[in-house]
Amino acid sequence: MAEAQAVVRTTHKQPNYAAVFWSLFILTVLEITAANMPFAKPLVVVTLVFLAVIKASLVALFYMHLKFEKFIIYLIVIFPLFLAVFLTVMILSDKAALLAP
Amino acid sequence: MQDAHIGRLGIDTRKLGMWIFLASEIMFFTGLIGSYIVLRFANLNTWPVPSTVLNIPLTAVNTFVLICSSATLVLGLASVQRGYLEGLQVGLFLTVLLGSIFLSIQVKEYRELIHEGFTISSSIFGSCFFTLTGFHGAHVFAGVIWLTVVLIRSFLGYFTAEEYAGVEIVGLYWHFVDLVWIILFTILYLI
Repeated sequence: MAEAQAVVRTTHKQPNYAAVFWSLFILTVLEITAANMPFAKPLVVVTLVFLAVIKASLVALFYMHLKFEKFIIYLIVIFPLFLAVFLTVMILSDKAALLAP
Repeated sequence: MQDAHIGRLGIDTRKLGMWIFLASEIMFFTGLIGSYIVLRFANLNTWPVPSTVLNIPLTAVNTFVLICSSATLVLGLASVQRGYLEGLQVGLFLTVLLGSIFLSIQVKEYRELIHEGFTISSSIFGSCFFTLTGFHGAHVFAGVIWLTVVLIRSFLGYFTAEEYAGVEIVGLYWHFVDLVWIILFTILYLI
């Protein structure tokens, strides 16, 4: 148990939470700006999804400390995340195929 | 962390349980978002531009409020890890306050939309919007109650520099709720 305890109490360097906060703020401003840009809709959508993924990753990695977690925690997260992405991509590709001329 | 809660994997079992719960929550919200995509593609011709129906500036402020609440909570956790209990209490209090502000703004948004005739039964977009934001709001509401309990426990001396799992676990839940909002804000309001 002492060994396990030592493993658990292994501390990591505190992330720069202020940098994460300001990154999230700036990315949100960029999102709102991008949404109002007069570009082609697909380009805007891809940009917005990309920015949202970066923001979500920042929250998960630094605020939820996923970056410093054990491999087993990664496994727990990766399976539903894979299914989530797979489901979304399959639905989108199916719908896109229906829209194609 | 307390030795009794450390499992064979060398991880606090309470934290492990929360991650497993969050894994199920990922699938829950994926199901809702998947339904939203199917319904949106099935009604492309009648789907409104979100900015013509929804109050984007107000929700952008609300998004900022939730981002701030995540920051205050994580700073509270960092404080207790350094043995600074007052920092934890201030962080938790601000998080509860910001979570309550988020809910208040959402209620205001709902009232305005319903007043304008945009309801859960007025259109498919309305059904999707109120279902997705409603389930998220329910999660925020549960989080605010949980955070309030943790705040009270912090005043009762439950947390120290060695024992802060209660704060860490509610933090995982709260940051996940923030993460889900980041996705919902993008797909419901901006796209």
